[in-house]
Amino acid sequence: MANSPVSDFFSDFGELCRYMGRFFLRVWRPPYEFKELLRQMDEVGSKSFLLTSITGLAIGIVLAMQSRGTLVRFGAEAVLPSMLALSVIKEIGPVITSLVLAGRLGAGMAAEIGSMRVTEQIDALEVAALKPFHFLIITRTLACIIMFPILTLWTDAVALFGGYIESYLASGMDYRIFLSTAFESIRFSDVVVDTGKTSVFGFIVGMVSCYLGFNVRGGTREVGQAAMRAVVGASLLILLTDVIIVRLSLMIFGDVGT
Amino acid sequence: MSAPTVISLRDVRKSFGSLDVLRGINLDVEKGESSVIMGGSGSGKSVLIKHIVGLLRPDAGEVWVKDQRVDELSGDELDDVRLSIGYLFQSGALFDSMSVFENMEFFLERHTELSLSERDDRIMEYLSWVGLPDKRDHLPAELSGGQKKRIALARALVLGPDIMLYDEPTTGLDPVSVRSVSELIVRLREERGVTSVAITHDLLCAEIIADDVHFLYKGQILTNGSLDELSRHDDPALKEFFGSLEV
Repeated sequence: MANSPVSDFFSDFGELCRYMGRFFLRVWRPPYEFKELLRQMDEVGSKSFLLTSITGLAIGIVLAMQSRGTLVRFGAEAVLPSMLALSVIKEIGPVITSLVLAGRLGAGMAAEIGSMRVTEQIDALEVAALKPFHFLIITRTLACIIMFPILTLWTDAVALFGGYIESYLASGMDYRIFLSTAFESIRFSDVVVDTGKTSVFGFIVGMVSCYLGFNVRGGTREVGQAAMRAVVGASLLILLTDVIIVRLSLMIFGDVGT
Repeated sequence: MSAPTVISLRDVRKSFGSLDVLRGINLDVEKGESSVIMGGSGSGKSVLIKHIVGLLRPDAGEVWVKDQRVDELSGDELDDVRLSIGYLFQSGALFDSMSVFENMEFFLERHTELSLSERDDRIMEYLSWVGLPDKRDHLPAELSGGQKKRIALARALVLGPDIMLYDEPTTGLDPVSVRSVSELIVRLREERGVTSVAITHDLLCAEIIADDVHFLYKGQILTNGSLDELSRHDDPALKEFFGSLEV
């Protein structure tokens, strides 16, 4: 009897949670695949560098251009750097960077691992006692956990640079004024919590993509579907998790200015 | 006195959903023997061989390899048994992001204490054995089907297993490559005394490598014997199978 989409969803979600549990149980145990972890960090980090740079620059410039008109109307143009820094560091930078990375890495990892599954490479690792869960899943997920915050900080910096370029071209604002205004309303805890949450997003992207790739059954069509589902699933989970983390951080650290 | 039994399957049953794939398999393979399992597509050959190495677990029955019950092992104990088994996959299953050398070194680096130069020597020894020492730095995508199979065989052997499992070792190869891969399998048994189980529906390959042929039909071993005996058998399923191969 065919399962309904709802029962399939819950069965997949349950299995994904089991994988997450297995990750936390096994990540401490050998073998430690440091070489592969570094390779994956390079794959996640340096190869996403240009993409996140362009994303950051576009976010900064567009946000500054869009906000300037409204702020000028209320005579509040001077708070533009502050508003820009708050929006970028607290929300737009972490979420947009993670969503962009979910698109690039989620599809790539699910397709790569899915192809390895259908061409029996994962079975080959298994029968050679090479622990594919450690070699494929733990390394990729750890690479995402480590690299997402680093890429997010870079995206935030580029976005602020983009905002400054716009401010300089539109009003000739001095960079020292821009920087001092931008950071006066940002607390250290904002940077830590809001950048740190991207480690959780990285964990989600790594786990969802690896889980879907690892469990591909069939052929190339199923590999393509796994890649698509990885992007959709990881993106949705990022947005849902963001709501929870923001609510929790407001409860713990309070709102900006409080 | 007969040689000790190295692989033993006892009443192994396996279903996927409502599909009964293995329906009570009994199979014994003695040390140094080369067993071939033949059967049509969908008869359960690949499922059977995957049970021997613990890639699949039976719903019922027992799988024994060198006096260890594989279907009840897990973790490091299962890994220890697996390290004494080499597995040649139907597709070769070479890691396509690694060169031929890296594919083989990957196994040695993790499972031996050999130095880099010793690993290099060992890899070149096996690449020479399969006749492809010049492919050391090639990527799998740059190799032909027959070359991939031979490199995969070298990789499966690099840790010195005493049991080899071959999943359709010659499928998709031209007759010259079929003969060369099959002859490597025979040399392996003769020179190193490796026990092997091969699943195939390639008559030429079975003829070259088999000591004993088991015919799998609808999830059960219908009969066993020499290839000649099976090809002359009166059973309609065997007649149909061998008839279709000869056409």
